[in-house]
Amino acid sequence: MNRLKQLKPNDILSSTAVKSVISLLIALLIGGVILGVSGYNPLSCYGAIVKGSLLSPSALINTLVQMTPLMFTGLAFAFSSKSGLINLGMEGQMFLGGLAAAVVGGLDLGLPMIIHLPLTILSGMLAGGLYGLLAGLLKAKFGASEFIVTLMLNYVATFLCSYLANGPLREEGSLMAQTKTVLPSAQLPELVGGKNLTIALILGILLCVGIHLFLNKMALGYEIRAVGRNQIASETAGININKVTLTTMFVSGAVAGLAGVSMSLSGNNRFVDGATAGYGFNGVAIASLASHNPLAVILSSFVFGALRTGSLALSMTQRIQPEFADMIQALVILFVAMPALLTGLKIRKRRAK
Amino acid sequence: MNSVEMKHIIKRYPLVTAVDDVDFCVESGEIHCLLGENGAGKTTLMKILYGMTMPDGGSILVNGQETDFRNPNDAIHSGLSMVHQHFQLVPVLSVAENVVVGQEGQAFFHFNKKKAVQEVQQLIERYGFHIDATKKVGELSVGEQQRVEIIKALYRKAKILILDEPTAVLTPQEVEELFVVMREMRSMGITIIIITHKLKEAVEISDHVSVMRDGKMIQSGIPTAQCTVESLANMMVGRQMSLSSTRRTKNKGDVVAELKNLTVVKKGKKVVDNVSFSIHAGEIFGIAGVEGNGQTELIEALTGLIRPESMSLKVDGKQLHGGANGFLRGGVGHVPENRNTRGLISQMTVAENMILGYHRTERFSKKGILNLGEIHAFAKQGIADYAIKVPNENELVSSLSGGNQQKVVISRVFSENPRFIVVAQPTRGVDVGAMEYIHDVLLNLRDAGAAILLISADLDEVIRLSDTLSVIYEGKLVSTTPADTLTELQIGQLMLTGSNEEVEER
Repeated sequence: MNRLKQLKPNDILSSTAVKSVISLLIALLIGGVILGVSGYNPLSCYGAIVKGSLLSPSALINTLVQMTPLMFTGLAFAFSSKSGLINLGMEGQMFLGGLAAAVVGGLDLGLPMIIHLPLTILSGMLAGGLYGLLAGLLKAKFGASEFIVTLMLNYVATFLCSYLANGPLREEGSLMAQTKTVLPSAQLPELVGGKNLTIALILGILLCVGIHLFLNKMALGYEIRAVGRNQIASETAGININKVTLTTMFVSGAVAGLAGVSMSLSGNNRFVDGATAGYGFNGVAIASLASHNPLAVILSSFVFGALRTGSLALSMTQRIQPEFADMIQALVILFVAMPALLTGLKIRKRRAK
Repeated sequence: MNSVEMKHIIKRYPLVTAVDDVDFCVESGEIHCLLGENGAGKTTLMKILYGMTMPDGGSILVNGQETDFRNPNDAIHSGLSMVHQHFQLVPVLSVAENVVVGQEGQAFFHFNKKKAVQEVQQLIERYGFHIDATKKVGELSVGEQQRVEIIKALYRKAKILILDEPTAVLTPQEVEELFVVMREMRSMGITIIIITHKLKEAVEISDHVSVMRDGKMIQSGIPTAQCTVESLANMMVGRQMSLSSTRRTKNKGDVVAELKNLTVVKKGKKVVDNVSFSIHAGEIFGIAGVEGNGQTELIEALTGLIRPESMSLKVDGKQLHGGANGFLRGGVGHVPENRNTRGLISQMTVAENMILGYHRTERFSKKGILNLGEIHAFAKQGIADYAIKVPNENELVSSLSGGNQQKVVISRVFSENPRFIVVAQPTRGVDVGAMEYIHDVLLNLRDAGAAILLISADLDEVIRLSDTLSVIYEGKLVSTTPADTLTELQIGQLMLTGSNEEVEER
């Protein structure tokens, strides 16, 4: 019965934003129950998280620092899913981007910052982008599932980076698996002195806005969305599916690479093996919470940044492991990924009438 | 006595009242036709009767007893059965297995197949179904599969049978066979409710007709003898219709589309076999045929979606190359046979769907940047020109009715003034009002000089619109004649057997 408009959002639970908020709240609620069962006071724990992530200038800055790479990986995943592709290779793309930026940033070419910094950033984007493109090529040429391919390529990339940071690219005399520091001409300018918060945050926000505009105002962005929602109709309309696949995977990989770049060019100003681990996969949760909307990624990466920072603070004051943040993230994914749960609630309600 | 009595039935959905205070009575042992356009509420009303949908108000009496079916199982236990438009059969199981599935009772571990086959075979013979109970359902034709569904209902001791648009998928011959079976069932005392929007059939088969429009019962239980196709059409649509009238081309021009030697091979089989034709400006070239005789592949080859074994397609003398994009640019318009998979992106807006495929034209984008102002103006114009019922161009296409969705496809294709248009199943699943409208648009476009290839499983449609009528059978065009040369029966025979000799011999 087409005219019944069943798909129109006719219930407050259907709105995606509301759905995301509800998922987050349910996740926090269950997290609280788990805290309570483990013998902690959930309210004081959440209080500590809020305090440690938002309520002081330095806490807020730490949140923004944590948010920066999360925004890139969240955006990378959100973008790929617009064309119906699932890029689970953000972790590897981020590692490669970070390493490439550390290497190019470490080259003493005698270049001024205005050239050296963009070159360094681009090298990181290129590394991540090409790695994403590899998965895209395998999909376009042989029909390999990008889902599996990107997931597996993570191991190749992270172990390759680990090898390089332990071996050929290891800083001379260093006890740790890390590259040498990048030249000052390739370091991201800090927004607040000595706090690791760099202009990468601004770049990320601009990129979210840029991708949003690209998807909605450009012909190629339109094609990407069309393919994502109905590949057969897009093919019928003469859209080159392979071109869309390759473009998407390259751009998504490049954006994920930027997450690595933002970390290699701030703080320690070098690539430290394993330092960025996990940020790539967190992108999935961030994009899910944002319903794959590039603009909403800004907000959702802030939420996750705060959660990470807050749980770090929590682990110091309450002896709760920082993995608590991971648990909350996992719960959020679980609930965001379960639209059936919310629709289920709706049906129950209707039945009850 | 009345088999079914529904009183003051109400069913509300958030944005529409699907069934609005409807009374509906069916006499015992009659064939009762429930008539209405798509979306008129007839299927919803029957789903309420069948326990699939809960009404918001009203009462239902079956065989004089008040009922409160919570699900179809309750209905089946009370002797009520419904055959849906989409069959619920397992293709790899035999006819008998399909019939008894779910009814094996306690015999889970040792199911008496022999007995089941026997029982089903008896049922088949009693009602004259002409089906082999041991055959796999996947090997049956659509018409035969439908009969299996009916047998299933009878096996479950149905006394009241609801058929939802049973003729939508059948050839004229199969429709006749179905009607024979229905009359046979009636003579055995079974009450039949048939949902349809086809007027001719309603007049032919039923004892009484009830007409619904916009969720309301317009006329209930009119004796069919007092009805004509015209009077029913007017009730159904609420205005005067001119369904049977048509007009043939007056100014056939030069050849626009010239197809030579199209052969498509799929899994080692020639699904399209050396098809050639030429279509002139101002001509509708109709191809009738039972579905699955190569129509889909023919369409895909003509629109550049697949690469055939051999083909030469010239439009206005120019050879076409490349994939779908090349053919589109070469002037081939395409109204796909399945609008939901090929034609539209249901989760995008009306405006976005109206430029699909044409979004790279100069009009809609410059240097890769979409001209949103122009796109929205164009969409608004299309909505106005084609009378598409939608609040604005930013609504998702999925919220539109089938007829309005089809209008979106048609407005997109036609506004580009293609020279050659491949139109497949243009009115499948659309209501009578939209159908009349779409037919009009096609005829107007032809009169304006377009060459149109019409491929449709709806024989009435092909006969009504075509200036040249061809029949496809097993990938070959087995007959190509000017309009009005063959009778409907002859065409039906060609569709089923590839030749019409048999008819002449009779």
